[in-house]
Amino acid sequence: MKHCAAKIKIQDESFRSSGGAPDRKYKLIQNPGPSLRAGGDHADRCPQGGLCFRAQRAAEHAVHTEPGGARSLAQLRGQSTAPHGHHAPHQGADHRQDPWLHRRGDESELARPAGGQPPLAGPGSGKRIIFYGDDTWVRLFPKLFMEHDGTTSFFVSDYTEVDNNVTRHLDGTLKREDWDVLILHYLGLDHIGHLSGPHSSLVGPKLLEMDDVLKKIHSSLVSRETEGSLPSLLVLCGDHGMSETGSHGGSSEPETNTPLVLISSAFKRKVGMEKPAVVEQVDVLPTLALGLGLPISQNSVGRLIQPVFQETSLRDQLRFLHLNSFQLSCLLRDSTPAFQKEEGYEQFHMAEKTHGNWMKLYLEGNASEVLSSIGKKVLKQYMEALKAMSSSLSKQLGKYDLYSMIVGMILLLQVLLLLLLVMPEALSGSAEVELPLAASLLSLPFFLLCLLCSSAHVLVCTSAHSSCYLCDLPWGVVLAAIVFSSGLLCVLLSLLGQKLAPGARPSAKSSSDAGLSELDVLLVVGTLGYVVSLASSSFIEEEHQTWYFLLNTLCLAVFQDVCRKYFRERRGPGDDASYLSSREDSSPSPAPVAELGVGSRKWLKLATPLLTLVCCRLLRSLNQTGVQWAHLPDLSHWLNSWDHKAELSLLAAASLVLIFVLVQRRCSLVSKMALGLGLLGVYSYRAAVGNVLFPWQTNSTDISKGTVEARFVYIFVLGILFTGAKDLLRSQVIVTDSRLKSRGLWEVYSGMVLLCALLFRPHNLPVLACSLLIQTAMAQLIWKELQYDAAQTTIMHYWFGQAFFYFQGNSNNIATIDISAGFVGLESYVEIPAVFLTAFSTYAGPLLWACHLVCFLSSAQDRCPASVGHGCYCFALLRSIPTVAYIVLVTALRYHLFIWSVFSPKLLYEATHTLVTTAVCVFFTAMDQSHTASSRF
Amino acid sequence: MKQKLRHQLGDQASQSASSYLYADIYLTLASKDQGLIVVTMRDLEIKGMVSAHAIIASSIFIATVMPLFFVEKFSVYGTHMVWLYSVSGSVAVVNITIFWLLGISPPTKKHTLGYKVSRLLRSCLYFILSCLLFHAVVVLYGAPLLESALETFSLAVLLSSLTTVRCLCVLGPNVPAWIRVLSRDGAMSVWDTSLQITTACSVIGAWLGAFPIPLDWDRPWQVWPISCSLGATFGYLTGLVIAPTWIHWHRKQLTYKSK
Repeated sequence: MKHCAAKIKIQDESFRSSGGAPDRKYKLIQNPGPSLRAGGDHADRCPQGGLCFRAQRAAEHAVHTEPGGARSLAQLRGQSTAPHGHHAPHQGADHRQDPWLHRRGDESELARPAGGQPPLAGPGSGKRIIFYGDDTWVRLFPKLFMEHDGTTSFFVSDYTEVDNNVTRHLDGTLKREDWDVLILHYLGLDHIGHLSGPHSSLVGPKLLEMDDVLKKIHSSLVSRETEGSLPSLLVLCGDHGMSETGSHGGSSEPETNTPLVLISSAFKRKVGMEKPAVVEQVDVLPTLALGLGLPISQNSVGRLIQPVFQETSLRDQLRFLHLNSFQLSCLLRDSTPAFQKEEGYEQFHMAEKTHGNWMKLYLEGNASEVLSSIGKKVLKQYMEALKAMSSSLSKQLGKYDLYSMIVGMILLLQVLLLLLLVMPEALSGSAEVELPLAASLLSLPFFLLCLLCSSAHVLVCTSAHSSCYLCDLPWGVVLAAIVFSSGLLCVLLSLLGQKLAPGARPSAKSSSDAGLSELDVLLVVGTLGYVVSLASSSFIEEEHQTWYFLLNTLCLAVFQDVCRKYFRERRGPGDDASYLSSREDSSPSPAPVAELGVGSRKWLKLATPLLTLVCCRLLRSLNQTGVQWAHLPDLSHWLNSWDHKAELSLLAAASLVLIFVLVQRRCSLVSKMALGLGLLGVYSYRAAVGNVLFPWQTNSTDISKGTVEARFVYIFVLGILFTGAKDLLRSQVIVTDSRLKSRGLWEVYSGMVLLCALLFRPHNLPVLACSLLIQTAMAQLIWKELQYDAAQTTIMHYWFGQAFFYFQGNSNNIATIDISAGFVGLESYVEIPAVFLTAFSTYAGPLLWACHLVCFLSSAQDRCPASVGHGCYCFALLRSIPTVAYIVLVTALRYHLFIWSVFSPKLLYEATHTLVTTAVCVFFTAMDQSHTASSRF
Repeated sequence: MKQKLRHQLGDQASQSASSYLYADIYLTLASKDQGLIVVTMRDLEIKGMVSAHAIIASSIFIATVMPLFFVEKFSVYGTHMVWLYSVSGSVAVVNITIFWLLGISPPTKKHTLGYKVSRLLRSCLYFILSCLLFHAVVVLYGAPLLESALETFSLAVLLSSLTTVRCLCVLGPNVPAWIRVLSRDGAMSVWDTSLQITTACSVIGAWLGAFPIPLDWDRPWQVWPISCSLGATFGYLTGLVIAPTWIHWHRKQLTYKSK
């Protein structure tokens, strides 16, 4: 039933497929699945004298802002069978905005006599159009309609008024004679879908209501058809389907399949039902244009639906086919340099020639068998030509700048290989890597390689037909890229030579063979498994599930590690004692928990992974994200509803207090006060904006933008960051004091926490509080005590950061970015701060965890001096492996159906994340540099 | 030397009453060659294990087929709960029977009826606790808390009957022994090793079974908890195959420390 939730808007963006938009790709999906028959649900009621199809649309863009594409009926009263030479004079409607009446630029081309037929010369606009329905139409085409009544489409909870607003005009309009086209856009069914899904009990009555509307229109049209008048055409279709959750905009089969029903007395009456054929949604445009006697839009890639014209004479049919093929061949000629070699183009010319012969015979009055057989042959040739041209045009819409893509990929692969090759050195005790830079840059192969790359570049660019990013770059940049790439390749080769040289490094092997614990196995398998999962569009849509799953497993593995430490090793008394003593040595800053006895500390350690698990489970239900389960009710919806404001306020206040308690303990007194005041400011900002309540403020009617409060917090953020930076500088330049340095780092970190608290929506404050809680507990009780090395800690931090990215409510869909964060404390849109704040609040999770990692590793630097270097290396590697793998995958999958809706938003996220990681790594390196400098000093 | 060997073997054999019988024979037969004794005894144990595992595996198949005759419209996907409980019930019953018949169970210190009853009760308690524990872990992994709680709990029951029942049979309701066996180098007999392997395989199978859930294939086996319970069952079956094979492969390297 749900699929016949037919949504129609005859006129969809896809009909106006612009040749200039290469990001739209149409793909014929021949996939007779269960939803295929469902599409025919409506066809069951397809009246006699009608044609039923299933229209398929190509995947929509990820950023599909179409408000409420819903069921509508478009009814055309025009020339279903356009006689030759009948053209209404063109009246000046805006061609650009009018997809139906869009005139070809080179009309005279069409006027070229083909087969002796009179050309379709004049642009046949001037149809009088009436529109009732979604007001988006009226805003898109303000001057087009003779009469219109737009309905607001954003009140999704209303499914009766929107339709009644359309139906109430019907009786009056159907009696009138002064219109040619009537477009009705019914939104109700779409709203029901969004409200309660395709299985809602509201769907049945709504469909019956729509059936009544259809019956009314049809009977009225039949009654007004008199002898000699042109037959009317009733078109029923939808612009999209509905997923199992009732939403749309994705690319799943039920979302892209809609029924298309054409009812007219011009069609032959049919007895019984037949299985509906599958047509592309782009095919509707040429069919309607030709049926109405109008030119086909210039950039349409569709081909006419042949069964619609079956009842017209063969001459007309051939004429229509010729018009459509001619339009497509012009489009092909303009878009392909080697159009003459195209199969469809050749077929078209053959068909045109045969068509001419047929016309000659026809005009001579020949009515023999020969004529009809030649006619059928021409028809077949035209259909084949149309098919070939249409598909080659669709393919062109998805054309890629492959040269630039491959060059970029090679550069990335080189960097990744370099990172992987230096792994033994980077994770060694000194964490220093020596690259044979001078030797390889002065070698002959390097210069030869540069020369080779340059000549290859010149060759590619001179022979390229389409525009190419790399070829358009200035020469200096290209040369620099070539030098960089060849230099990198030479360095890689010489490194590889060093590695493969016999007996070069016998010691590196032994350390790696130390044996992997379950945790190591999990960390490696998890990272690699995540990389593999990127090949699947579902796993990208539901990436949060991967991270939650891995994080849970990680916590259980850590728990098992702790258990083993305490239950197994207790048997070896010497072992235990040495372990305890080593632990006491390695706790420079006694935490409050350290004062408790060893026994209770043990239980605290056992509880930490469990606490983390519980926290993660709670946070997981805070923001439901992804695609498949995004509709499920979550805590944030509950908290944000109007009547739970008190609970939200309480939760936000509690989270802020927890944040203060957890962050202040390692700050200096000044920063402590600044932090406290800043967090108060955050709460008052949220109260001013109207998100939360003050207990004494009963009426919250005066809602301001909260600019003053937000700027108040900004001052404290800057103050804390400044203090931290000052401490850091002092610790590095004047006195080499590690305690000062770790305090400075912590202050920078707490400044970021305060900024996060300001930017996060109040229901997300628990995410921040939980992340701080987990960080504190893990750092105090697990990472230090169980002596995980820097690499393990880094991977765990990275996983936590990823999971918290999704806990915040982010997903791999652009739509979940909270752009309101960019306006906190700003009166109007200012680009640079808005972009910075939005990026910061989106990547707050990974950033905070990375920052905590720096703090943690540099405080552990006394024990293991290379830990910051190890951490930086692992962090860079962890980001580069998935990014490179993903780019290779996306290049391989560039013709995938979901490339634009799923893979490309993810690519944007990957790129931004890599940028953020680069910034973190630079920060890391700065910290590490200072350490090595101070240690040398 | 012989004394020491007897002591060692006796300890090993004490794990299984059946091998206890052979221990003396082997000692007299081939006391010169310690390795030979261990290997020969282990071969016998492996044979027993293979047949036991074959019976358990066939019981799973029977449990899948049998309800066809009793339940209308039975299918693994459609009436998943029936399948799940039939499999877990049969696995539990067959495991208990086999281990009781083989006498693998740890020797009881007292033979009073009260002690036996308390052991039984404790075993039941442990089983229920393990069900609850598995349920909690699965919920922590993201299963819905209230909605489809029955399905989640059924998965927990299946996992418990695949793992805990065997633990109870081999080790008895003895938590320190469980912790010992389930940590890395704690196995003290062939049966301990096989317990380790099958338990790990079942849990990993259920873990892997969760992966297809986010895929948008709309297949009947993607419904919660079908993929996980199938994963656990397949993991268990794999474990039943792997355990004897692995032990057979490593029979020379395997040395078990005494208590």
